[in-house]
Amino acid sequence: MDINRREFFKFCGVGIAASSLAALGMAPEPAFAESARHFKLANTKESRNTCPYCSVGCGLIMYSRGSGGKNVSQEIFHIEGDADHPVNRGTLCPKGAGLIDFIRSPNRLQYPQVREAGSNEWKRLSWDDALTRITRLMKDDRDANFIEKNDAGQTVNRWLTTGFLAASAASSEAGYMTHKVVRSLGILGFDNQARV
Amino acid sequence: MTNHWSDIKNANLVLVMGGNAAEAHPCGFKWVTEAKAHNQAKLLVVDPRFTRTASLADVYAPIRTGTDIAFLGGLIRYLLETDQIQHEYVRNYTDMPFIVKENFSFADGLFNGYDADSRSYPDKSDWDYELDENGHAKIDMTLKHPRCVYQLLKKHYSRYTPEMVSGICGTPLKRMMQIWDHIAETAVPGKTMTILYALGWTQHSVGSQMIRAGAMLQLLLGNIGMPGGGVNALRGHSNIQGLTDLGLLSNLLPGYLTLPRDNEQDYDAYIAKRAPQALRPGQMSYWQHYGRFHVSLMKAWYGDAVTEENNWGYDWLPKLDEPMYDVLKYFDMMYEGKVNGYFCQGFNPIAAFPNKAKVGAGLARLKYLVIMDPLVTETSEFWKHVDEYNDVDTASIQTTVFRLPTTCFAEEDGSLVNSSRWLQWHWKGGEPPGEARTDVAIMGGLFHRLRALYKSEGGAFPDPIMNLDWSYLRPDEPAPEEIAKEYNGKALVDLKDPKTGELLLRAGQQLAGFSQLRDDGSTSSGCWLFCGSWTEAGNQMARRDNSDPYDMGQTLGWAWSWPANRRILYNRASADPSGKPWNDKDKRLVWWDGSKWTGTDVPDFAVTSAPEDKMNPFIMNPEGVARFFARGNMAEGPFPEHYEPFETPISRNPLHPDSPGVTSNPAARVFRNDMQVFGTADEFPYAATTYRLTEHFHFWTKHSRINAIMQPQQFVELGAVMAGELGIKAGDRVRVSSNRGYIEAVAVVTKRLRPLMVDGKIVHHVGIPLHWGFVGVAKNGYLTNTLTPFVGDGNTHTPEYKSFLVNVERV
Repeated sequence: MDINRREFFKFCGVGIAASSLAALGMAPEPAFAESARHFKLANTKESRNTCPYCSVGCGLIMYSRGSGGKNVSQEIFHIEGDADHPVNRGTLCPKGAGLIDFIRSPNRLQYPQVREAGSNEWKRLSWDDALTRITRLMKDDRDANFIEKNDAGQTVNRWLTTGFLAASAASSEAGYMTHKVVRSLGILGFDNQARV
Repeated sequence: MTNHWSDIKNANLVLVMGGNAAEAHPCGFKWVTEAKAHNQAKLLVVDPRFTRTASLADVYAPIRTGTDIAFLGGLIRYLLETDQIQHEYVRNYTDMPFIVKENFSFADGLFNGYDADSRSYPDKSDWDYELDENGHAKIDMTLKHPRCVYQLLKKHYSRYTPEMVSGICGTPLKRMMQIWDHIAETAVPGKTMTILYALGWTQHSVGSQMIRAGAMLQLLLGNIGMPGGGVNALRGHSNIQGLTDLGLLSNLLPGYLTLPRDNEQDYDAYIAKRAPQALRPGQMSYWQHYGRFHVSLMKAWYGDAVTEENNWGYDWLPKLDEPMYDVLKYFDMMYEGKVNGYFCQGFNPIAAFPNKAKVGAGLARLKYLVIMDPLVTETSEFWKHVDEYNDVDTASIQTTVFRLPTTCFAEEDGSLVNSSRWLQWHWKGGEPPGEARTDVAIMGGLFHRLRALYKSEGGAFPDPIMNLDWSYLRPDEPAPEEIAKEYNGKALVDLKDPKTGELLLRAGQQLAGFSQLRDDGSTSSGCWLFCGSWTEAGNQMARRDNSDPYDMGQTLGWAWSWPANRRILYNRASADPSGKPWNDKDKRLVWWDGSKWTGTDVPDFAVTSAPEDKMNPFIMNPEGVARFFARGNMAEGPFPEHYEPFETPISRNPLHPDSPGVTSNPAARVFRNDMQVFGTADEFPYAATTYRLTEHFHFWTKHSRINAIMQPQQFVELGAVMAGELGIKAGDRVRVSSNRGYIEAVAVVTKRLRPLMVDGKIVHHVGIPLHWGFVGVAKNGYLTNTLTPFVGDGNTHTPEYKSFLVNVERV
């Protein structure tokens, strides 16, 4: 049988619980056995991830419920340290250990929103409306303020009136695409958290 | 980090200075306890506060915030005076024998060539080596020449006597000498100290020079390139290393390539300036391949649209009229009303940047602000009136704010680069809430629409937008795998070995490493440093073999480390000039086996260059050796010099008491509006510093219920003596004010902060954690950066969050 270490523990956990009860001379009534709480990580999907907080880069295992089917959304309900990871070896700090509260925070944003000039409230809008309005603002600003040549007649092709702060908790793939797009527009007011 | 987390276990001595790893990087700090338990290592901590790290130290020494250059400069003097240095290493692997030009000088706190009006050194040409007729640097291996770097260094730090240093730093003399003596013991070849630092060194107006001083110390002791050695930036965010490597900074391109300045109109000259020839015979000068990295990047971004004829799209790159548009510069422009639009992707500037009042006023002058974030941020609600915590007039703020929900780490595939330079792949585990999208999808969505508008309407310089290569399977949301393959790079034609004609790769195949890059347009690579991370053998970042056959902690099969899966940088220096490890017992890293370099790590060297060839270990420098003398590369000068924080509790620089012009960093940029709001010690007598708590990560964790429970309320730390003088008891509410604003918080009165005797007077410190703000599930609090000064390091412009002045009163 092809099982990995963690699955092995799952199998064994059930076996040890049963056999140690028997060893204590407590052959349980069937009803008692049925009321015992199941091992909460049984029948879950495991995904390997990396802690998003500091730059130690601790390995995580995220446990989710769901059938794993294409049209079923997985729900993460438990996160712990990855014991195979050579740096954290299964441990997590008080931040990493509380990650489930971060991904399930009531303050996770759900929908695109806009706060109009002078207004005191958010209004929900569709992705298409949000992106269309933003690109209109970008293009109008770029077209009005793009500098092709400086006063000395040198080719400089820069856009200084819009800037961009990038996220250094985002993946390298997100960072790479962000850089590719931002520089193609000629933006120079561009930094990430490494600046501060 | 030059080294990496697990390698700390190989250290004989650990110096933590400018960081508090036990609190801020707990799971990495376990390797310090591992070194103590299994390698009999000692831990030294130098910090203004008796931190959680200090509580585990063998020796702890207090130091006044912002004075680390004095401490390290004094230590450098002590090691030179007592001749406790790694002689063979220093002579062969550093620039100590190099002879500096005659006109280089230092007097009254300034190097030659200073211009007070521009607060800079416009002409640094004398800060360089004397060259011979072949263009090679002149050297004197006896180190006797009066202008060799060794002699100049000795002279420069001769002023940093123990008494002077103790007077500047407030570190008691006896304790300071105890620390210095421990450190000196690692000058023995094969014995190593590691330095762990974080933002306690970075966030000063002289931060870069503090880090340089730390690096110089490690070179003197022969600790760079060694297992258990190095200069190790612990860093902050989970991918702050990756985004830096990918060049998401004002003046950079991926892989530490740099954008051109206005006057660099000629493409060939632009490349030539960045591709230096060797300054000594037989040296590698690896940056001479700059052209290969640059052309491969432009091919990755622009594909067939860039050719030799259009200089590989050189004109499509924006050119800089300023050294950089860093965030301080850019928010100053915003404050002056010169910016219309701004994007914040997973970044909360009103909380994170200094002088909240100025940042908020800048945001209020924008026409549009776009937030991309998984969480509610203060910046997204900067217009909202929230009691005394954000006292603004909403109706008068005319900025349109868009807020776009993004996925978080758990909801997407991709890679992060930790401070060990490891690229680690991760997998999606669940769906995001509501309609949240990935950052990639948002950037794709914006780019698409912009390109469509430029196609239909025309507009300003559309060429780089229209020609950007976007041949992704799903143009609206490129897959992480496609992007990762793109930054690794591929062969664009059948690649042949130029010498043998042997076929290396077929067109379209993934490159195996950056040595395959070409400057003729036949290869693409979006980030040369990451080349090798996704090869024909698959995704190297997803590797999970944690075996460690040499028990050195290198785990070469776990994930992938740039460059070339190398775990310790400059590791050729772990062997002596003849190619044998300095310590054959427990510090074996790389060695010459008679025909090639091999070892327990991937050699950071030309693998077939025999020791007799005399190629030196620091292959990225044209000299081949490491630099004590920074040449023209630093804003303030080639040697670190102590300058006071811009807000100094002693109002003078004890090294130059009669020269007010050099009290603080003379080459740091200060904006007109900000000089006026610096405070002085008569009004704000206490030295303040800011930091994080182990339960918190900046401003995110106040959205996480468990963290809000663990640290429920904003507090500041006051020393018991100071609190006694002010009649403040533990639990009292206090107001902490700087010349830029105030915060109120609960007082924690502690013996962990003690009064220091500095320059003949008592200096008290106030400790101010970050974390609180006006959104979140935690109790509201004041943004700590209401207090901090809007001035940065002379080179990086990283703000001086760690040293400023406040007053404290009971409310």
